[in-house]
Amino acid sequence: MRVIPASDITKTVARLYQEANVNLPADVVAALEKARTDEASPSGKAVFDRIMENIRIAAAEKIPLCQDCGTATVFIEIGQDVNISGDSLDTAVNKGIDKACRDGFLRRSIVAHPFSTRTNTGDNTPAVIHTEIVPGGKVKISVLAKGGGSENMARLVMLSPSSGRQGIIDFVVNAVEQAGGNPCPPIILGLGIGGSAEKCLILAKKSLLRQTGKNNTDPETAALEKEILAAVNKLGIGPMGYGGSQTALAVHIETFPCHMASLPVGLSIQCHSARHIEAII
Amino acid sequence: MSKQINLPLSEADVKELHAGDEVLLTGTIYVARDAAHKRLIEALDKDIPLPFDITGQTIYYMGPSPARPGQISGSAGPTTSGRMDAYTPRLLAVGLRGMIGKGKRSPAVKEAIRQYGAVYFAAVGGIGALLSKVITSSEVIAYAELGAEAVRKLEVKDMPVTVINDIYGGDLYETGKAQYCKQD
Repeated sequence: MRVIPASDITKTVARLYQEANVNLPADVVAALEKARTDEASPSGKAVFDRIMENIRIAAAEKIPLCQDCGTATVFIEIGQDVNISGDSLDTAVNKGIDKACRDGFLRRSIVAHPFSTRTNTGDNTPAVIHTEIVPGGKVKISVLAKGGGSENMARLVMLSPSSGRQGIIDFVVNAVEQAGGNPCPPIILGLGIGGSAEKCLILAKKSLLRQTGKNNTDPETAALEKEILAAVNKLGIGPMGYGGSQTALAVHIETFPCHMASLPVGLSIQCHSARHIEAII
Repeated sequence: MSKQINLPLSEADVKELHAGDEVLLTGTIYVARDAAHKRLIEALDKDIPLPFDITGQTIYYMGPSPARPGQISGSAGPTTSGRMDAYTPRLLAVGLRGMIGKGKRSPAVKEAIRQYGAVYFAAVGGIGALLSKVITSSEVIAYAELGAEAVRKLEVKDMPVTVINDIYGGDLYETGKAQYCKQD
């Protein structure tokens, strides 16, 4: 049994959340640079130029990439040989988010009651935390700073199995077309296929942690990722919706077995400021 | 080549603007997003004066991150405009002339833009660090208790925006997409 103090979780989360908000990861920067080269529209290219300049300013001056520093979405894989001592895991994570906001001058965007008073909690907590117990003696923490504008474009559909592969493509293309410029394209599409209603949405969100543009190891799933990406990029929405060829940077699909009556499909849309980061304790 | 416009927008300025135009804005803008819009409409409902004279003015849908010591503004990019659609026609009816945000507007807002002679600009979303640099002063002028959603008065210099909806019914989100769409 390995003992990890909860304070280590707090420190790690604080570092990751602050870092995520000012330094866009190399995989996202590389995907943006490629898309800038491929972009057909002059106004689209101009949007890419501003995005790249913003990345430079944010990193150099520690100004958040986006004023929306996001819902702190934290995936934690806990080795089953680990004992966390001290604060509860949720408390440890939330203390880390609070510290990141204070030290990093991040915006607090969370309101306490969703439909009533909507009073700001003042520290950007609680984080949305997904835990998984895995073999081993380590803790892996992955953090997404997920903006509200793109999160609002998420969709769930429970397709009939007869809809099949084409039904999935049609659903995603339609959702992206409806979203238009709202989720700050060029976007990354996270898709969870299978499982159940809630499982597919969690898979969709988790797929956004993947290295941008890295295809699924299953060839059939990878082929679907490529086909959806090509279909979405024919829509013409382009960077920020001003018209162009680069509407999406990547499509990431995760699958899970499901009930014989079901074909659940969850779609999570990530804006171009894809702030993901991870660490292993 | 971008057009240079000094704020507040005049009626003549609005007539010159067309969907797709690149514009650099200089002058005063007011910041208000979801919660502030709700309050502005409640004030109109109760016949209470608005916290600023809205006639001819431009509202930026934005909620900044906190400024570090010595900074004028924290990160300051646009938020999604569609959430303000329910409130916008009322504000246009009492004199609002310009809006800056991102994302599409409702048919009712587009119609009100034509009816009252206004313009909807988009700023690029997700570039709040860059956009913080065009702000030369920032002051909370109302609803301070709303924090990031308070009403602010900003002075901006050469703020880069793009005309989305003009008084002629133009909509860059439709025409831009049509130009690059490769569907059958």
